[in-house]
Amino acid sequence: MIPKLYQMFMILDLFPLLSAIFAALSCGLLGNFLVLRKQSLMGDAISHAVLPGLVGAFLITQSRSPGIMFIGAAISALLTVVLVEVIKRLGKVEPGAAMGVVFSVLFALGVYMLESASARSVDLDADCVLHGNLQTLFWISSPTEWNHFLSANTADEIPRQVWTLLGTTIAVIAFISVFFKELRIASFDAGISTVQGINAGFMHMALMTFVAIAAVASFEAVGSILVIAMLICPAATARMLTDRLGSQILVSAIVALITAIGGYILAAIFEVNAAGMMASFAGVLLVIAIIGSPAHGIIAKARNQRRLGNQVALEDILGSLYRLAETNQSASQEELITALGHTKRTTKALLKAQYDKLIVIMDTHIALTDAGLARGASIIRRHRLWEGYLVDQAGLSPDHVHETAEQLEHLSELPDPNLPDEQTNPTTDPHGKPIPPESS
Amino acid sequence: MNALPVNLNEILETLTLRGGFNTNAVILGTTLLGIAAGVIGSFALLRKRSLTADALSHATLPGIAGAFLISTSLGYAGRSMPVLMLGAALTGALGVACIHLILHHSRLKEDAAIGIVLSVFFGLGIVLLSVVQTSSSGSGAGLNHYIFGQTAAMTRSDAVLMGTIGVLGSFIALIMLKEFTVVCFNETFARSMGLPVWLIDSIMLGLVVLITVSGLQAVGIILIVAMVIIPPAAARFWTDRLWKLVLISALIGGLSGYAGASISALLPRKPAGAVIVLVAGLIFAISMLFAPARGVLADSSRRIRLKLLIARDHVLESLYEIEIGTPDARHPRASSLLIKFIAARGWITTTNSTLALTDSGRVQGQRIHRNHQLWEQYLVSYADIAPTHVDWSVDQVEHVLTDELIAELEHALSQRGIFIENGIERTTKQGGTP
Repeated sequence: MIPKLYQMFMILDLFPLLSAIFAALSCGLLGNFLVLRKQSLMGDAISHAVLPGLVGAFLITQSRSPGIMFIGAAISALLTVVLVEVIKRLGKVEPGAAMGVVFSVLFALGVYMLESASARSVDLDADCVLHGNLQTLFWISSPTEWNHFLSANTADEIPRQVWTLLGTTIAVIAFISVFFKELRIASFDAGISTVQGINAGFMHMALMTFVAIAAVASFEAVGSILVIAMLICPAATARMLTDRLGSQILVSAIVALITAIGGYILAAIFEVNAAGMMASFAGVLLVIAIIGSPAHGIIAKARNQRRLGNQVALEDILGSLYRLAETNQSASQEELITALGHTKRTTKALLKAQYDKLIVIMDTHIALTDAGLARGASIIRRHRLWEGYLVDQAGLSPDHVHETAEQLEHLSELPDPNLPDEQTNPTTDPHGKPIPPESS
Repeated sequence: MNALPVNLNEILETLTLRGGFNTNAVILGTTLLGIAAGVIGSFALLRKRSLTADALSHATLPGIAGAFLISTSLGYAGRSMPVLMLGAALTGALGVACIHLILHHSRLKEDAAIGIVLSVFFGLGIVLLSVVQTSSSGSGAGLNHYIFGQTAAMTRSDAVLMGTIGVLGSFIALIMLKEFTVVCFNETFARSMGLPVWLIDSIMLGLVVLITVSGLQAVGIILIVAMVIIPPAAARFWTDRLWKLVLISALIGGLSGYAGASISALLPRKPAGAVIVLVAGLIFAISMLFAPARGVLADSSRRIRLKLLIARDHVLESLYEIEIGTPDARHPRASSLLIKFIAARGWITTTNSTLALTDSGRVQGQRIHRNHQLWEQYLVSYADIAPTHVDWSVDQVEHVLTDELIAELEHALSQRGIFIENGIERTTKQGGTP
């Protein structure tokens, strides 16, 4: 006996949820290559432009059989791809405008046909084109016993949308796994791909065909707006989180899954449109990734920048103290802060240096510890080596190199290590000051 | 044949704006909107912002639904046009700002940013629409007309508002014409002139927001962008000059708006937005094929003509080289059609299937042969200073040399003591005589 709660879930939610998951997966996986190729909007164009194909197929055959609708939509999807190329090449129209012209005219044609046709049949609805009809996928005769799942009838009762989407998802996964290498090369560099004997144009058409198939298959269940969201958002989210294409595809699949399930649950809780909620949720996930991605997020970038700034401030303090120590001078805390600029960052770096036992702050002056002296020496070494390099190799005049070296000294690299030894290891800088030896 | 549901008289009355005050207002308003969209779209096209406009129009949906929800919850009648337009403008502008933020604060590219804003905002709009539909009975039912547009539901004051905004938008664009032009064609130059590029850009986008928002009710969210994209893209085939582009684009936009609104007023169940876009699409197709300046037919006929001229020149050149006995001269291979074409100009004669140059043909052959040699010599002597030209193959360049260029070549070669006369090269080093 299946408990009542599960029973309700299966009647109302199982098929919509499965459709949403499969649609999200197939579109989300393909989206990786669209985002990579900067052709995200081709998915947008295709999913708008399938409308006249769907309506046309219905008007001609007067049937809503899935095969015929599918063929109609696929024809207009491919027509879109071809027309965009033709207008771009023959008409020399800017790609964005070419896409805009094609999909808006085709969509207008679809709306026109739809409105003209709906006088005769109320079967087709323009709104459902946008946000699908997930809610209508009931499982009215859902099984009451667990073992009913195994009976032959169950397979027949699953709506064809779910089967179509399952088939599409499998086909998309197969396409990407078989042609992963080809897709990757053709997407990154069409030139290299041609050299390696992979026809980039063919791969482009194959990818577009699959995008069209996925869009058409998802269309009826989840609507065009979710198709567009799923083609772009999961891939973009994964792009924020990873650097390698393989892991990006994996992450995008997980994001697509979370989007479908999370969006569906939220829609159920707030009793709002499921496709719209999934698209919004995809946006929320993306915003989280853009802000919080460990490697490329806004927070991580700001933190790196702050850390770098603190390090520069610390190194400037140690460098100045080392210079003073060279000529047996010293400075008090106030003098040093005045010299380096009275900022919060300098004060903080001073405290940090004291805490790390690099300096000792005394009443009359600041003294470097042994560790501080060594760090200071290595910074001044880098500064003066760069000065020498800029004069000898870049041909700058000695009195112009200090400012540049002041920045370069904070790099971890030294000037070109391929130079002859007397040039990599000079003992004095262009101003005649000694270069501290490399610390062991 | 089915009789039209309207008689000829009615058609004429509608088209000539005698069809009734409400219909007239809608037609006039849509025409003015089309003109404004054409003008402002020209700059959007040049600035490569066509699809930004698409994202913008999709991003207005949550604003419309949100404004409705807020104003009804405050106890006002929700479907007041200015309130909805204000909400639409706010989220539309927010969408554009989001595209900008994504571009500058993430590693994502423009196409992805546009697609993200478009789909997420629209999804949010659909969520809010479903809230409207469940929470308020009846009064919010018309909101989804904004997605596809519906002129039939427009009141006279809606149409007047739309027309006024159209006129205002065009007016602002014309005042700013000079600034827009500079920013569109050379942003760096504009910056160096001290122009506030950011501000000018924002005004440009603000105008797109204005047009989009005011056209929503008549044309609908999804298709309004077509009024901004298609007219300038079509106008681009007719001209290379900006002011002509703006003018033609405005004409096409106005014509589409006028035709779309009239047709949908005349025939039942013909959505105005779709008809407007289809008319604009038709004009685009005609322009792309037949426009004399950059149209496909004109372009390919020019290319075919050039190919024909080159083939003709090659025949004449070969015949001339055979006559003067150039060692590697070969008999020209040419189709009989080409031979007839040249013979018609009186440059060759065909007796007993052998080709011979006439006197005037010989002059031509000599000229081409000389051009060929000039260019060849130039490459040999000046290859070091003509690095940009050496990859022009000799056989191709000889046909496109203008008289000024030939004079320049002769001058350049004479500086090095090389003279080419009548196709025979001689240098001063060899005593000045051939």
